[in-house]
Amino acid sequence: MESFSTHTGIVATLNRSNVDTDQIIPKQFLKSIQRTGYGPNAFFDWRYTDDGKPNTDFELNDPRFAGRSILATRNNFGCGSSREHAVWALVQDGYRVIIAPWKEVNGERVPGFADIFRSNATKNGLLTVELSEEEIEQIFSAVASNLGQVATVDLPSQKITFQEPNALVFGFDIDKGSKERLLEGLDDIALTLQYEEDITRFETSYDPYIPVES
Amino acid sequence: MGKTLFQKVWERHVVRELADGSTLLYIDRHLVHEVTSPQAFEGLRLSGRKIRRPELTFSTMDHNVPTTEDRMDIKDPVSRAQVEALSQNCEDYGVTLFKIGDRRQGIVHMIGPELGLTLPGMTIVCGDSHTSTHGAFGALAFGIGTSEVEHVLVTQTLNQRKPRTYKVEFTGTPGPRIFSKDFVLKLIGTIGTAGGTGHVFEYCGEAVSALSMEARMSICNMSIEAGARAGMIAPDETTYAYIAAENRPYAPKGDQLDRAIAYWKTLPSDDDAAYDRTLTIDTSRIAPQVTWGNNPGMVIDIDQPIPEPDSLAGYSRADVENALAYMGLAPGTFLTDVPVDVVFIGSCTNARIEDLRLVAEILKGRKKADHVQLLIVPGSQQVREQAEAEGLPEIFKAAGGEWRYAGCSMCLGMNPDQLRPQQRCASTSNRNFEGRQGKGGRTHLVSPQMAAAAAVAGKFFDIRKWPET
Repeated sequence: MESFSTHTGIVATLNRSNVDTDQIIPKQFLKSIQRTGYGPNAFFDWRYTDDGKPNTDFELNDPRFAGRSILATRNNFGCGSSREHAVWALVQDGYRVIIAPWKEVNGERVPGFADIFRSNATKNGLLTVELSEEEIEQIFSAVASNLGQVATVDLPSQKITFQEPNALVFGFDIDKGSKERLLEGLDDIALTLQYEEDITRFETSYDPYIPVES
Repeated sequence: MGKTLFQKVWERHVVRELADGSTLLYIDRHLVHEVTSPQAFEGLRLSGRKIRRPELTFSTMDHNVPTTEDRMDIKDPVSRAQVEALSQNCEDYGVTLFKIGDRRQGIVHMIGPELGLTLPGMTIVCGDSHTSTHGAFGALAFGIGTSEVEHVLVTQTLNQRKPRTYKVEFTGTPGPRIFSKDFVLKLIGTIGTAGGTGHVFEYCGEAVSALSMEARMSICNMSIEAGARAGMIAPDETTYAYIAAENRPYAPKGDQLDRAIAYWKTLPSDDDAAYDRTLTIDTSRIAPQVTWGNNPGMVIDIDQPIPEPDSLAGYSRADVENALAYMGLAPGTFLTDVPVDVVFIGSCTNARIEDLRLVAEILKGRKKADHVQLLIVPGSQQVREQAEAEGLPEIFKAAGGEWRYAGCSMCLGMNPDQLRPQQRCASTSNRNFEGRQGKGGRTHLVSPQMAAAAAVAGKFFDIRKWPET
């Protein structure tokens, strides 16, 4: 898997919450048996008009976002279907970082990304960053006032730095396991196979129907 | 401190705790379908790795399969290639496959329980978010991505961070014609589509205990629509009776079943078990639910008007306006005044025999409205056979419905069953996302009887007012 350490790129914004994986890569593209070729079809239904031309009303089609690689969006990004094709499509369309807000509902923190999407992203070198809703508002304002805004995302120091004229700095949290995997681009399967003896030992004493003898 | 059902199942499957705080978890059942597996098998070929436990891996074809009489002949070459790839992969790697034409073929989340593959206390995964369905048996069952599919194929384990627990108690006695689909839509409307993210639900309470296995599966199925990767229900006598039924070839029998039940009886949460979050919903106050927007949390009681854009907690004005524009609806409208073009009865949420019986009860001796297309798609070939044995297809056909073969059908348009742009559908499926049932299609999620009543009325209908026969 591709590793992730530091990335500098143009920030684009997508002002929608609950962007589901059916939107990120619609069903007809799931028929492929390949791992590649999804990039041009990311956000297909929003991105193109019925005659296949770029939909100028779709915010990510703004020419000033050309070459963008960081996407700031709203809460609950990647919800719905488990399709890893959604992550493949984003990565192959040039995205390296997705930023979405956690939010507080009834005193509880609701994550910015859906669980399966986040897991799939980490396995493909796509960094998901959660910030507060206020910080996301600052990013949306910065990008609105300066389309083509550039930022640097630094995973080792867990910081996002926006370049002038909107010099902003945001720190972010990430769990240790995901950080290590992203930094080193580790192959999960190879990692687990280090524990093959543990798996064999587990299987030897295990019957799924019957309680473990104590 | 006691333990929850989830904690008991989780702890039983820990192979090793890892230094980064995650857990290597053993997987009892790996279910595979044609859409999310080809790249995983390709990974095996490229790395030269083998499947560790092919006998714990079971496969079927569901998303791409046509549901018409000529279904064996898949005309879309891309769909056909995907289905053929699964056949080849299962043959090459020694995985049991229930292919089109097999009596045991059906939607992956239908056939697991039917065949006795889904059992209490198990860990079950599949490259499909609706794997949460199997939690109705007290299994820990969740959807995974294709990289994880490959990981399970090779290692029979998954590396997971322990989720938090969320107790959802359904109390009281629901009113007439209020179903488990209404329970779960009410839950999603209450906590939102991200309300359960990072958690495993445990559904409990007297209203859940009173449900059949089929109805329990409908609830667990939609856990993911509230953001929870899994939803579980403690096994009880209803569960054991389902497993002990005939035609469950992979379920334990005789002494083995007795010993298994003795173990399963230890699984329910202890009285003093603590949960990270809890919520109680009084089912006596639940009205028939219907979605109006583009996610399952955008849901109202059938007798409520469509909300105003700035009145909806948890959504921005833009979110609501986008949803209303896509759905072609105005705030203040009552859905009972809105005509439907298509009624879809099917999917891993509501295509079990009990669902079809409920639909037949509404359709018996009646006709669908002329302008409505009525599609009734059993979730599995076994359900199809059972429905035929009970004479249900005659009722459906007499009502003007199309009686189909098993598959995912119009839940998602990966096969010929799709909505056309701007067609409005009353659907028993699980997702009203934009374009899910066909580009531009407008999906409203409802219970099976609400769907059947909409077919007859030609528009949404408050099922509580349905004439008793």
